[in-house]
Amino acid sequence: MTEIRNYTVNFGPQHPAAHGVLRLVLEMDGEVVQRADPHIGLLHRGTEKLAETKPYNQSIGYMDRLDYVSMMCNEHGYVLAIEKLLGVTPPPRAQYIRVMFDEITRILNHLLWLGAHALDIGAMTVFLYCFREREDLMDCYEAVSGARLHATYYRPGGVARDLPDSMPQYQESRWRGKHEIARMNANRQASLLDFIDDFAQRFPHMIDEYETLLTDNRIWKQRTVGIGVVSPERAKQLGFTGPMLRGSGIAWDLRKKQPYEVYDRIDFDIPIGTNGDCYDRYVVRIEEMRQSARIVAQCVEWLRANPGPVISDDHKVSPPRREEMKGDMEALIHHFKLFTEGLCIPQGEAYAAVEHPKGEFGAYLISDGANKPYRLKVRAPGFAHLASLDEMARGHMLADVVAIIGTQDIVFGEIDR
Amino acid sequence: MSTSCDILAKALRERFTEMLLTCEVRRGEVTVEVAPQRLREVCLTLRDDAEFGFEQLIDLCGVDYLLYGKDEWATEESTSTGFSRGVDEASSGRLKFGDSLPVDTPQRRFAAVSHLLSLQHNWRLRVRCFAESGDVPVIPSLTEIWNSAEWYEREAFDLYGILFEGHTDLRRLLTDYGFVGHPFRKDFPLVGHVEMRYDPDRQRVVYEPVSIEPRVLVPRVIRDDNRFLEPGAETSDDD
Repeated sequence: MTEIRNYTVNFGPQHPAAHGVLRLVLEMDGEVVQRADPHIGLLHRGTEKLAETKPYNQSIGYMDRLDYVSMMCNEHGYVLAIEKLLGVTPPPRAQYIRVMFDEITRILNHLLWLGAHALDIGAMTVFLYCFREREDLMDCYEAVSGARLHATYYRPGGVARDLPDSMPQYQESRWRGKHEIARMNANRQASLLDFIDDFAQRFPHMIDEYETLLTDNRIWKQRTVGIGVVSPERAKQLGFTGPMLRGSGIAWDLRKKQPYEVYDRIDFDIPIGTNGDCYDRYVVRIEEMRQSARIVAQCVEWLRANPGPVISDDHKVSPPRREEMKGDMEALIHHFKLFTEGLCIPQGEAYAAVEHPKGEFGAYLISDGANKPYRLKVRAPGFAHLASLDEMARGHMLADVVAIIGTQDIVFGEIDR
Repeated sequence: MSTSCDILAKALRERFTEMLLTCEVRRGEVTVEVAPQRLREVCLTLRDDAEFGFEQLIDLCGVDYLLYGKDEWATEESTSTGFSRGVDEASSGRLKFGDSLPVDTPQRRFAAVSHLLSLQHNWRLRVRCFAESGDVPVIPSLTEIWNSAEWYEREAFDLYGILFEGHTDLRRLLTDYGFVGHPFRKDFPLVGHVEMRYDPDRQRVVYEPVSIEPRVLVPRVIRDDNRFLEPGAETSDDD
């Protein structure tokens, strides 16, 4: 008999299923994983160190680039920490806008996760469906901030500007004629809120489409049921949060348990799994998208009925309006101080966490009273999840590692920071 | 603020008494400071005692307090030398390759800060532990109590050079293979030490000392704002 040897397989850093730049060193016994050693840091940009050298407001844009598929949720964690230190509460309309965009972001994130996860384990069509809807949501980002991905929309004390009255339109081109453009622009004729409302109404039917493709699909189940099982005890011990924790059957959601903004005024449910395998986490995330659409619809209703300011009028925190600045000396001074020196934050420390699509996203700020953070630590949910890859993948086949990376919803922007 | 914090703080004070160096409630958050010798003991009780039940270590990070409370711009009196006073060569923002900061290493320089979460009581707790030496910081590892600490401690070791005693696999995590130094320390220049390029003559990647100049666009300013002075607030004793 020939001697059986263990092989060491290098997976990544450039691999389509590695979701970015993950290098995995796998010790294999035949096709079974004995040990998985993720090497990370290939996307390390030193965001936290850069933030230490910049005034607070200039780092908001960096937060988008952490988890670059759930941009506004990252900003949210960061501005919440600043607001906690300053003791500022944004006006209610800003809180509703934030909640609405957090949920839009959650759908964006889960759509990318679903598309990529399905593509990794063999289903092509879902990816195309998901990107169809992502396009609409990125148009909402564009309408509100001018950018489709890196919005930099949230500010300490509120959001950058109010929701616009119009939606960006498709333009006629060589490939698309007048009638087709008119059809595509049909739901974009009114305000952004109308467009979002229309989306929230039709989105549940689109989730049904994805589910038709996957939920009872035999191959999908073979690839996900019983793969990467995590018991509730281990999930807690490994620092899991978000859908990873709820997939293991623990009903923990910061939006319910430690509500921030206006989540306590909104009606929604928290789905939890029972077995803690990849399939349960899939079902949990699908249901989360449905709940997000519900939250979005409630926010739209409130926002339609309640116009008002969207950023705090404390000009020590948020800049005065341009028009005010032209006539009012004090407004001019505030503007000048905010844009040259930035805001000085009282000495102390604060940790603010939001229920990010991937789990608990926290920002830990230490301030010594300066206009720049003394230390900013970003608690990225994916970091703890990826750390458990070794435990989750051990004893599984090589192909299951791909399913486990997919189910963890790994994005390297936030893990490497 | 919220009463649940006060309940937790009271329970902590009663349970641990002198084991906690400090225990304070600020902005609805409870922070305790523990000496490294007692850290494991305290954390084990925090996890296992039903009264606390902190099952999750949410985050652990290193902090370098070397330049805490030091600014680059005098705000107390005005000078006539203009912007250059804000970008003094000796300030940390302009640190270059080979420079050293003109400050003494304080003994309480490095700390590891953990954020704990109790799912059953819905509590959060911040545990700070200062290393005893500022030159060779050693802090006991929490990996056996919470497994999630493993990567967090590797990260803190990588970025701050904090040695976690009892960690079985303390390798670098985020920086490059063969990286020298601990980049998040306050005396590590923002521009780094080396830059990398492909050398066509030698046909390989080479490392060279950095050629870029560090710049400070907005100097670091500390303002003592009276609005935030409240009774019992933390005050800066350093300056």
